[in-house]
Amino acid sequence: MKRLSRLRRHRAAGPILLVFALFTIGTTFQVASAVDSENTTTASRSVAIEEGKQIFLKGCSSCHGINAEGGQIAPSLIGVGAASVDFQVGTGRMPMADMSVQAMRKTPVYNAEEVNALATYVASLAPGPAVPGDELLNYERDGSVAEGGELFRTNCAMCHNFAAQGGALTQGKYAPTLMGVEPKYIYEAMITGPQSMPVFSDKTITPEEKLSMIAWIKAAESEPQLGGASLGRVGPVTEGLLVWTLGIGLLIGVAVWLAMKAR
Amino acid sequence: MTARERIAGNVAGYVDDRTGAAKWMKKNLTKVFPDHWSFLLGEICLYSFVILLLSGTFLTFWFDPSMREVVYEGSYAPLEGLKMSAAYASTLDISFEVRGGLLMRQIHHWAALIFMVGIVAHLLRVYFTGAFRKPREFNWIIGVGLLTLGIVEGFLGYSLPDDLLSGTGIRIAEAIIQALPLVGTYIAFFAFGGPFPGEVFIPRIYTVHILLLPAIFLALITVHLMLVWYQKHTQFPGPGRTEKNVVGYPLMPAYMAKAGGFFFIVFGVTAFLGAIASINPIWLYGPYTPGQISAGSQPDWYMGWLDGLVRMAPPLETHAFGHTISWNILIPGLILPGIMFTGLALYPFIESWATGDKREHHLLDRPRNAPNRTAIGAMALTFTLVTLLNGGNDIIATTFHLTINQMMWFSRIGVIVLPPLAFIITKRLCLSLQRADRDLVLHGRETGRLVRMPSGEFIEVHEPISAEKAWLLTSHEQIAPLELPESDAAGVRRPAAIKNKIRNRISRATAVAVPKATETERRELEGHH
Amino acid sequence: MSSEIEMIKDPGLPAHVHRSMDIDPKAAQRAERQVAILFILSALGTLLLIYSYVFVQDDIFIFIPVLGNMHAQQLGIGMGMAIALFCIGAGAIHWAKTLMPDEEVIAERHEFRSDDEDREEFVKTVKEGAAVAGLGRRPLIKRTLGAALGLSALTPLLLLRDLGPLPKDELTKTSWKAGTRLVTDPGDRPLRAEDLEVGAVAQTLPELAPDQHRTLNDIAKDAVLLIRLRPEEFNLDAERLSWTHEGIIAFSKICSHMGCAVALYEQQTKHLLCPCHQSTFDVTRAAKVIFGPSARPLPQLAITVDAEGYLIAQAPFNEPVGPSFWERSS
Repeated sequence: MKRLSRLRRHRAAGPILLVFALFTIGTTFQVASAVDSENTTTASRSVAIEEGKQIFLKGCSSCHGINAEGGQIAPSLIGVGAASVDFQVGTGRMPMADMSVQAMRKTPVYNAEEVNALATYVASLAPGPAVPGDELLNYERDGSVAEGGELFRTNCAMCHNFAAQGGALTQGKYAPTLMGVEPKYIYEAMITGPQSMPVFSDKTITPEEKLSMIAWIKAAESEPQLGGASLGRVGPVTEGLLVWTLGIGLLIGVAVWLAMKAR
Repeated sequence: MTARERIAGNVAGYVDDRTGAAKWMKKNLTKVFPDHWSFLLGEICLYSFVILLLSGTFLTFWFDPSMREVVYEGSYAPLEGLKMSAAYASTLDISFEVRGGLLMRQIHHWAALIFMVGIVAHLLRVYFTGAFRKPREFNWIIGVGLLTLGIVEGFLGYSLPDDLLSGTGIRIAEAIIQALPLVGTYIAFFAFGGPFPGEVFIPRIYTVHILLLPAIFLALITVHLMLVWYQKHTQFPGPGRTEKNVVGYPLMPAYMAKAGGFFFIVFGVTAFLGAIASINPIWLYGPYTPGQISAGSQPDWYMGWLDGLVRMAPPLETHAFGHTISWNILIPGLILPGIMFTGLALYPFIESWATGDKREHHLLDRPRNAPNRTAIGAMALTFTLVTLLNGGNDIIATTFHLTINQMMWFSRIGVIVLPPLAFIITKRLCLSLQRADRDLVLHGRETGRLVRMPSGEFIEVHEPISAEKAWLLTSHEQIAPLELPESDAAGVRRPAAIKNKIRNRISRATAVAVPKATETERRELEGHH
Repeated sequence: MSSEIEMIKDPGLPAHVHRSMDIDPKAAQRAERQVAILFILSALGTLLLIYSYVFVQDDIFIFIPVLGNMHAQQLGIGMGMAIALFCIGAGAIHWAKTLMPDEEVIAERHEFRSDDEDREEFVKTVKEGAAVAGLGRRPLIKRTLGAALGLSALTPLLLLRDLGPLPKDELTKTSWKAGTRLVTDPGDRPLRAEDLEVGAVAQTLPELAPDQHRTLNDIAKDAVLLIRLRPEEFNLDAERLSWTHEGIIAFSKICSHMGCAVALYEQQTKHLLCPCHQSTFDVTRAAKVIFGPSARPLPQLAITVDAEGYLIAQAPFNEPVGPSFWERSS
């Protein structure tokens, strides 16, 4: 007894006890929380679905129906998948501000967490295309720029123009520019076919091919001006405009100066 | 005499011994040229042509006009390893492997656009001032020929690189050829050496583009200039200028320096455009394949009106006795342009028939003093502008938030309704301007100063215009309308009665004018102010 | 007052106004200096060109306001050239305007018309020449000459015959036959019906034999667009409906108007738009033309699936693909 009492009064007793306590609490907590986190993931998903449902009821159901079944002015969202929601809401196209012929990209109303909740909710209604994970979007590693260019010109240029600047559809609809669009949204647009855009299934354009196309789009975006000011990359229309304004303007200006009498 | 003068004299003598050059050089070095900035528009065309020859020759040293399939191995990464024609690959090499190559490509293409802009601007100046009248009708026809050939030459030129955009243009050209009744498919197969696209079209148009057409251009431009030289240039009316003289500056030294200097200006401006503005970025279009197309595919601007006409054409096709005639291609692609260019070429003769004026003219008209001609020109311009705009209707639609459907209907209706409207408005405008001129001569310039007379009346002080200005505003001719007889002296109706009646009516419309101010009227009014 | 109306008279050329350079030697010297500066600027431009060509690397980009990032070598060579040329011209023009004589000169115009005597002699010479040539009096020579020249004019036309083959049935046939598989373009992968979702499109070409090489000529007639709709969305007669498979319909991708590739599919309206001249086709009604200049719908390819479930053509196209031509009967 005398030894234990003496040890208890040792100078190092306090610090050793402290370390021991910390160690015990730490490991206990780890074990306990490890069990808990598994429950939280499933729990967090159902929380997300619930949160998403609330957001949906408040901001989307007036057009898309209480159960997302669609209606006169908006299509059904059953089976569109998380990818559709992530694209439409993430780029700000939805909620649609004015009922024009096409939903335009604008500042998103919902933040990333809310978009995720909405997407999870809609995905829970029926199976559909999922949001592509980062592993699927590594275009720098898995994409071939040259091959992507060929694929782009065959499948996309007829709407989006040879340099992805966008183009006209009928009745005022248009294919928007792809400059400055995140790879995730490009991928999602291809697999979900938003609005007028058709769907590009994974068997017709494989995921690797899709990545090559994204690699090409990103290369086109960052391509330096090789010949000079690009004039919009829409072809001869702006070139003709420049020659009829700056070109002939400069030449006529000099001609007028030439014929003026010197003073 | 200095040593230099002596040497120069010896050289001149050496040449003159063998050619007799001194006589005509002496005459021509003192030739007088009138000076006005609008007379330089034709020079823009001439100098652009020289620039095209120079820059084009540069390009031929690297361009490979072959459609054989090659694999790209150059430095532009986004096309690495792709299959393409040798023509496309060699154009990429000019752009990326040759120093200054892309610059020269761009200078060549900008020069072509400026050449066509110059032709149109020059044509408008010649038309609106009536410089095409006798004795210059031949020159006008040569000019219309140069315009037509310029359009073809430009189209062939930008088709040589065999890229997606120009290849699409060739596809459309082949469809026009193919649509010709009876011989269309044969001519198309002969031109392309078989079905489209074949392997011989690019090398064949290369020959046309660098040899045949430039040779024809050189010949036509030479005759065009010789006629101007020999007939002497026209001049604007003004004090001291008559139908029988030329007032201006001698060729040497002032005119030579100015005209020569202007060549360098045109070259410099073209080089400036080539340096700062990208044109025809074929690496972005990709190599041509019939399975691809880009949104917003247009030809170069000088063919935009043709594209616009084809776009707005109604979908008319007749099928009879096992054959097809595609009116929706033939009318906008061949028939209408044929009528337009023929009318343009024959205009000097149409006008002299309508006015009965067969005299020589060396003094130009101020456009307001020929209201009918000016109005017809405005009408033609409006037609061309509507068709040109429709050629770019998809790009206009996306830029200005319109629809291509709206643009199409606007063009279909506008092309019929707007030109006559332009005619009426322009004719009225010209007559108003004539009235304003008349008032200026009779009443002088309004100074804006108000003076109160002793009688209490307020008047605005008018300053009489100078004698030179008065002459400028009244020196033009006002031709009386024709009065061709419909029956002869005995009252018998002539066989040409209807033709004469139409001609009388047209010449009456042409002769509508506000009467010129006269000296008599001016004197009568002098007492009043 | 006389009854004759008097017109305003020509006051004649206005008096010459001297330039400051003509009067003031200092102004003349200033003008001379200005011309010299322009020529020196031109020389500097050429130096910039030479420097850029020799020393500036190909991969350098510099930022210029308004224009953005520009390729330095190209900009240097181009601006050098532009300055060099422009300043020579500006210098020459300024020299002419300020220092060369600027007094207007009057020259007389001469009549072009030859005098009557010359005209008569010309006509006489031609007539006499023709007479002694004897063409009028010797019809045999005239006729045989005409025949020789006329016939020889046919030679250049004949020599051009081998420019190309006769069309024969080239325009009416494609590579599609009964049983040809549809493969992706690019990629050459055969497709099953379930590979396309509703609302999907696929660019396809006919499958090649292992030893075959596909040329652009083939693509120009063989390109086919596959579109999948819901079967109830079709508005087709029984025959055309039998050419579809489970909502998948196939059209020639070569526009029936002027041959551009038609692949712009609007999923919601079910319309195909050709970007060249805006012809619009309604997919639900077998590509019927609803807007634009095309006069015929796109030819439809009859498709079905083979034993392994891959999409195949039932038969060749029932009409020629591409733009119209004289020999086309419908």
